[in-house]
Amino acid sequence: MTGRAALRGLFGTLAAVAAAEVTVRAAGGFSGDLPAPTQVLAAAGEQLADGEFTDAVGATLRVWAYGMLIAVGVAVPAGFLLSSIRALGTACQAIVEFLRPIPSVALIPLALLVFPAPDRMKTSLVVYASVWPILLNTLYALRQVDRVQLDTLKVFGFGAAARAWFVSLPSSVPFILTGVRVSASVALIVAISTELLAVGDTGIGTYLAQTQSAGGQTDQMLAGALWAGVIGLLINGALTTAERRAARWWPVSGKEGVA
Amino acid sequence: MLTIDALTHSYPGGHTAVDDLSLAVEAGELVTVVGPSGCGKSTLLRCIAGLQRPTGGRVLLNGDEIRDVPDSLAMVFQSYGRSLLPWLSVRDNVALVLRHRYGSRRERRAAALEALAEVGLADAAAKHPGQLSGGMQQRVAIARALAYGPKLLLMDEPFGSVDAQTREDLEDLLLALRARTPVTVVLVTHDIDESVYLGDRVVVLTGAPGRVLAELPVGLPADRDQIKTRQDPEFVRLRAEVGRLVREK
Amino acid sequence: MKALHPNALRLPLHLAARLWLALLLIGLWELTADAGPGSYFPPPSVIVRALHRVWFSGPASDFFLTEQARSDFPVSFGHLLSGWVLAAAAGIALGLLLGRSERAHDYLQPLLQLCRSVPPPALIPFFVVVFQLDTSMYVVTIAFGAVWPVLLNTLAGVRAVDPVKLDTARVYGMGRTAQLLRIVLPGAAPQIAAGLRIALGFGLILMVLSELVGTTSGIGARLVNAQRTFDIPSMWAGIALLGLTGWLLNAAFLLVENRLLRWHREN
Repeated sequence: MTGRAALRGLFGTLAAVAAAEVTVRAAGGFSGDLPAPTQVLAAAGEQLADGEFTDAVGATLRVWAYGMLIAVGVAVPAGFLLSSIRALGTACQAIVEFLRPIPSVALIPLALLVFPAPDRMKTSLVVYASVWPILLNTLYALRQVDRVQLDTLKVFGFGAAARAWFVSLPSSVPFILTGVRVSASVALIVAISTELLAVGDTGIGTYLAQTQSAGGQTDQMLAGALWAGVIGLLINGALTTAERRAARWWPVSGKEGVA
Repeated sequence: MLTIDALTHSYPGGHTAVDDLSLAVEAGELVTVVGPSGCGKSTLLRCIAGLQRPTGGRVLLNGDEIRDVPDSLAMVFQSYGRSLLPWLSVRDNVALVLRHRYGSRRERRAAALEALAEVGLADAAAKHPGQLSGGMQQRVAIARALAYGPKLLLMDEPFGSVDAQTREDLEDLLLALRARTPVTVVLVTHDIDESVYLGDRVVVLTGAPGRVLAELPVGLPADRDQIKTRQDPEFVRLRAEVGRLVREK
Repeated sequence: MKALHPNALRLPLHLAARLWLALLLIGLWELTADAGPGSYFPPPSVIVRALHRVWFSGPASDFFLTEQARSDFPVSFGHLLSGWVLAAAAGIALGLLLGRSERAHDYLQPLLQLCRSVPPPALIPFFVVVFQLDTSMYVVTIAFGAVWPVLLNTLAGVRAVDPVKLDTARVYGMGRTAQLLRIVLPGAAPQIAAGLRIALGFGLILMVLSELVGTTSGIGARLVNAQRTFDIPSMWAGIALLGLTGWLLNAAFLLVENRLLRWHREN
């Protein structure tokens, strides 16, 4: 980003916030449902010192991180297995096409029944939802592995497992990272969705749902959503940077990935 | 050393790339294989390398039939950009293939640096392939093949994707390296001049499906020079002869 | 007896190679599942029967839809469609603006990045307070989530339009509006279509979620009510119905997309 673009961005953001502030104050005063941006920012500041809120954020992030870790651990090896055994890959493709259209949140009621422990329930749904993008990107990556690279190592006496480790895995890294980035935002969405519906749990979603049922202080709710957005932004930023770094050493041809 | 006996290869779908091709290569020889494009040159090399099982005939290395990739064989591909691993440094690209030769990483890296020095790339060891020019990348591929210490070196259009000047430099590099190491080379090319300039013997293939049309011994001194050799009457005669054969249908 | 043409066997073999594992697993599930009333994983046959009973056992005059289906489908799909259309209109308009004007892009980029990063479910409680459980709550939730893929894809598509084409248009005196309608929009169409298809998937997720939270009407509300009353087969029927819907929407969209953008693939 150039200096001028940054300055414009700052100005645009300030102008939008100011416009919202004036509109809200002119229309409804302080008591309406719509809080003014300054009120939201004040609430966001207070939440930083509120142990209940920071615990909720920690709980959501813990579920998110465990879920992502398990999803990567399941999806990447599964991708390798399915593309090395062709008959199995073909047969599993039908199952993937059958399961993937099910909106992951439709499984929340089922998960609420099956897993009595909220953490386990949330983690399972996060894993379920975030496995697909990583798996599909891994499968896609393995179809793109360069034949010449594989042949080269074969000529130099490398077996199938060594070729997978030294060629297929590293050349899949950029695609796997794309899958992880897509999954990371899906995982956050699913974690918060589940928390909205899981009574007696902790997490950002639970905090927001409780604030709503306790009479609805909208400034606190928007502040909570704002923090969720900041977290999402940071995660996405970190993963995008990782992807760029990887792309510098991995000039893989036609690198697009599957969104 | 290498005996190809009635080699035939047809791809599924019916295309026959190589048909009843027989050829013998002596130890220490540099044989160039030339022919019109699509005459099955690459298929021939892939069958020798054991990357592909021929659908008919046999390939024998020191009397043993090749069923898998032989241990004493290395190969240089035309697409250097695709055969080097872009995520490893140049040194590690060379060191990687020495895993079965040396036990420790230190030894492998030392051997890799030595090989890179042989091709004049000692300074580029820490760079990644993407930072090098095409000619330099192909030097790395050659260093990698020679560090592996093969008895038989296969080269598939090794200088086909670089500019003319680089091409001449690489040709001379190959001749110099070969004078120092006792390696047998089979080099496939579609460039008639190159086949004569590099070869001890030129094998001309027919158009698809590939068959041996002629074998021409090259009566040029071992010490060759880009300018003098190319003016030698023997070179001019051979080039015309090979050119006539290649164009013959 | 006539010999079979070799191709005659290809399709059945292809199907068998693709489906054997799915069928095997469904068969195993059917055989091993507990068919009792309290079972969390009833056999597939029970789920299919419940799917038929709850949604598709109505009179032929109503296209076999049950009364519940006739009251829930229009509500759910009405929300989905309105939210999606809203998201499409806003996303394409904003995407065109930001894609064509470097200045507008600079001014709005940081704010849009932040808004895009807010997980849509985090706003549902707020929308519930502001809009109550009115139709607008569902539509706004869906539109807020679905607008981002449309916006980002339109933006990328517009920026990738061949500048030579635009220069050519300017040389021949084409106005700004004509350029937008005849060159930019068609050029970005494949990307926009991809964004609209992803948005449909997002919209379906948010439709279900907002109904699960709202619990008053729609397929999602039936799902959560079935769970609370331990009517497990109906709950599974709801999940199956939503899966089917997701698949059908995607397939239908791809069909339309392929039709409309045939010129693009032929290029």
